[in-house]
Amino acid sequence: MADAPVNESAYQTDALIAEDIDAYLDQHQHKTMLRFITCGSVDDGKSTLIGRLLYDSKMIFEDQLAALETDSKKVGTQGQEIDFALLVDGLAAEREQGITIDVAYRFFNTEKRKFIVADCPGHEQYTRNMVTGASTADLAVILVDARKGVLVQTRRHSYLCHLIGIKNIVLAVNKMDLVDYDQSVFDKIVAEYGEFAKSIGINNFTAIPISGFKGDNITTAPSGNTIWYSGPSLVDHLETVEVLGSHDAQKPFRMPVQWVNRPNLDFRGFSGLIASGAIKPGDAVRVLPSGKTSTVKSIVTMDGDLDEAMAGQAITLTLQDEIDCSRGNVISAADAPPQTADQFETTIVWLNDDDLHVGRAYWLKLGTQTVSATVQQPKYEVDVNTMEHLAAKTLELNQIGVAEVLTDKPLVFEPYADSRTLGGFILVDKITNATVAAGMINFSLRRSQNIHWQPTDITRESHAALKNQSPRVLWFTGLSGSGKSTIANEVEKQLNLMNRHTFLLDGDNVRHGLNKDLGFTEADRIENIRRVGEVAKLMTDAGLIVLTAFISPFRAERQMVRDMLAEGEFIEIFVDTPLEVAEERDVKGLYKKARSGQLKNFTGIDSPYEAPENPDIVVNTVAMTPQEAAEYIIKTILPLKSRIQA
Amino acid sequence: MSSNLTHIQRLEAEAIHIMREVVAEAERPVMLYSVGKDSAVMLHLARKAFYPSPPPFPLLHVDTTWKFRAMYELRDKMAQEAGMDLLVYQNPEAQERGINPFDHGPLHTDMWKTEGLKQALDKYGFDAAFGGARRDEEKSRAKERIFSFRTASHGWDPKNQRPELWNLYNARKNRGESIRVFPISNWTELDVWQYIQLEKIPIVPLYFAAKRPTVERDGMLLMVDDDRFPLEPGEVPVERSIRFRTLGCYPLTGAVESEAATLSEVIQETLLTTTSERQGRAIDKDAGGAGMEVKKQQGYF
Repeated sequence: MADAPVNESAYQTDALIAEDIDAYLDQHQHKTMLRFITCGSVDDGKSTLIGRLLYDSKMIFEDQLAALETDSKKVGTQGQEIDFALLVDGLAAEREQGITIDVAYRFFNTEKRKFIVADCPGHEQYTRNMVTGASTADLAVILVDARKGVLVQTRRHSYLCHLIGIKNIVLAVNKMDLVDYDQSVFDKIVAEYGEFAKSIGINNFTAIPISGFKGDNITTAPSGNTIWYSGPSLVDHLETVEVLGSHDAQKPFRMPVQWVNRPNLDFRGFSGLIASGAIKPGDAVRVLPSGKTSTVKSIVTMDGDLDEAMAGQAITLTLQDEIDCSRGNVISAADAPPQTADQFETTIVWLNDDDLHVGRAYWLKLGTQTVSATVQQPKYEVDVNTMEHLAAKTLELNQIGVAEVLTDKPLVFEPYADSRTLGGFILVDKITNATVAAGMINFSLRRSQNIHWQPTDITRESHAALKNQSPRVLWFTGLSGSGKSTIANEVEKQLNLMNRHTFLLDGDNVRHGLNKDLGFTEADRIENIRRVGEVAKLMTDAGLIVLTAFISPFRAERQMVRDMLAEGEFIEIFVDTPLEVAEERDVKGLYKKARSGQLKNFTGIDSPYEAPENPDIVVNTVAMTPQEAAEYIIKTILPLKSRIQA
Repeated sequence: MSSNLTHIQRLEAEAIHIMREVVAEAERPVMLYSVGKDSAVMLHLARKAFYPSPPPFPLLHVDTTWKFRAMYELRDKMAQEAGMDLLVYQNPEAQERGINPFDHGPLHTDMWKTEGLKQALDKYGFDAAFGGARRDEEKSRAKERIFSFRTASHGWDPKNQRPELWNLYNARKNRGESIRVFPISNWTELDVWQYIQLEKIPIVPLYFAAKRPTVERDGMLLMVDDDRFPLEPGEVPVERSIRFRTLGCYPLTGAVESEAATLSEVIQETLLTTTSERQGRAIDKDAGGAGMEVKKQQGYF
């Protein structure tokens, strides 16, 4: 095997397949798997390298090869020779542009391993795809064009791989054929890269001089052109490198519960993928966040109960005791449970065209837990080209920053450095449902560990019962001048006559006190509503019927307040007044100022108003007087009697 | 220790994890069941994922009425064995207009399969549909996410896919929108065959070589599976030892001449073959090199 000539497949065993298929299958069945990514800048030859790996492992069939030969002549960039890049550039758009614009996954086998390759794009604007590809990879191949050396993109990709926690880095110095296989070129690039790598915390990497186009040092090394090179070929290295995920098995047992399996009353199983450690029947386990303990009764699979299960296996556990456990809980080793917290320092990669809205509530998914979370103003943004820390107010597409994240419920977690499963999360926009960010927990914030919820004896129910009413938040939203304050005032007067205990929070008034530090930027508007929501929530805890009159232009923030409150307590009242009518009224003269440019960020003029999609109540102020509107609202929300008698 | 898990074990665990995520997060999941070998593997994985419960979703067969007879037989048997509901949907308009692969060319696939699938998903209100597509099958598949988001009109926008990180899947969507989920995305054809062998999964006998009546059309060997096959004047079906690498509508699915009658032999032949699996399928050739990508944007699975 070691004597196999260059450019001939050294790792496909056609002979074995033909002679003893069962022996081959036995070998294939016991192969391990390595997932890796290839990244580099445009024209570094990623697609060509992957095409070459597929070609050498006979993963290209004759019909594909015939199509490839035709395509190569038509649109290829290699003259009459085969352009391997065309084989892997999948989507029509990118074939025309000649660039790879999305992550593509490819597969090939050698005698020892099966490989899944994520082909990651080199373009600056597609950082998000690279992070996506890197998140499941055990190893990264960073391609450098021998003629160009270490580029800005090389640094960026190395930084991202390191950030995502890839421990195995291969520096593939490609296109050696175009520098006459000159050792000094290779050595210089390796030295330059080594210095940079060290500066960002990459202490080990393997450098290999290759030509993806000609095939040097891909399957066997050294090629006749690089006799000065004494290291492994790329494939040798990929076949033998230790997969670091294997360390997961040495860690304490953790399994996020995906699904509770209840076929009948006699069986209750907890299904999940083991994130780390091992488990046996009889092992003591702890369910988090409740902290309740039990022991494992059985590990159930369709192939029969197991004596033991390991990290990476998908199983169903039954427990000896009937304890509460549902999706989102984590079953862990009883004596080494993970932590829980609701405030974290995180590193966030922003993946969406819509910037981070500081203070806005997003869905956060970590393992099988989904909670509502807000991101604070970033402490800093990382310039991925220079690794400098820059001041940042928000994060834009492809930007990376460090920021605190607060969740509405405690999360069972581990720092990302210890566990990808319990430390990595995504953020999802609550309105569009887009995945807007990927995040990694660095650590929980001490302050949340030391602040516990203080239970009080007089509950919110007793406060409400004493007032003989059901607390509500009547949330008036609408354009400036639509009539929110007027109608809210009228509703409060009428409720007062009905002996209801109320309080009206008015936008202008709150800005004189509680929120006088806030302006009218988007971030400040979000914070304004968050504070008002928190105050309204405290008032409902005190048993009050709260009326709020705020423009509250963004759906997401109104939803955030709704989510803070008990089911049914938030009544969204859309004061529906067309912009022309409100502008015509212009009670405070603000529209005039906004139109003349004296007033910036004015809702309806140069700042958007997102009308409610499913408001609980709509009042049309063109058709109704404020009194009629108020009567209509009260009629709709009655009865407000307390359901619990004191 | 997880390094000791074989690649097949890792792929199985990944697929099971994906199926459980969908069941936990979607309102009305369904499994597309085409009776082929990939569907057989999918059904088997679903049974393992939820054991001892039956998989908590129905099977949906978008039928074209032109599948091989052997497929219909196995379909009904497998659904019953799994304890799952089997929904069979046939596009009524295609039925009424008598759309068939002989007279209508690409319209056959479009009406029965693409339109039929959309109609079926709309009719039952499924918001997540499992499919057995693999990334090694075809170039545009290689870039599709495992959770592939579709608009209310079933469109796929390859430039606007949700980033998919770690094994965290975002199953959130608005009313009317749906998700196609591909749990065996990372499997290769060899993996599928090997899994069938290891797990002893029943598959349609047409995958194994046997003497069958055939005719040759445009370089493709077609099997005369019933008397709806319009023979040319003077054309007589010839008995040949053939098998199929993929199964679809019998008039559109090319056979290969083969003597491989056991799983080992089939796998051996698959590995030594020099043409790709989808080569026997007419669908990829429509619309030039970008055939499948265009079809997917229109809502083909």
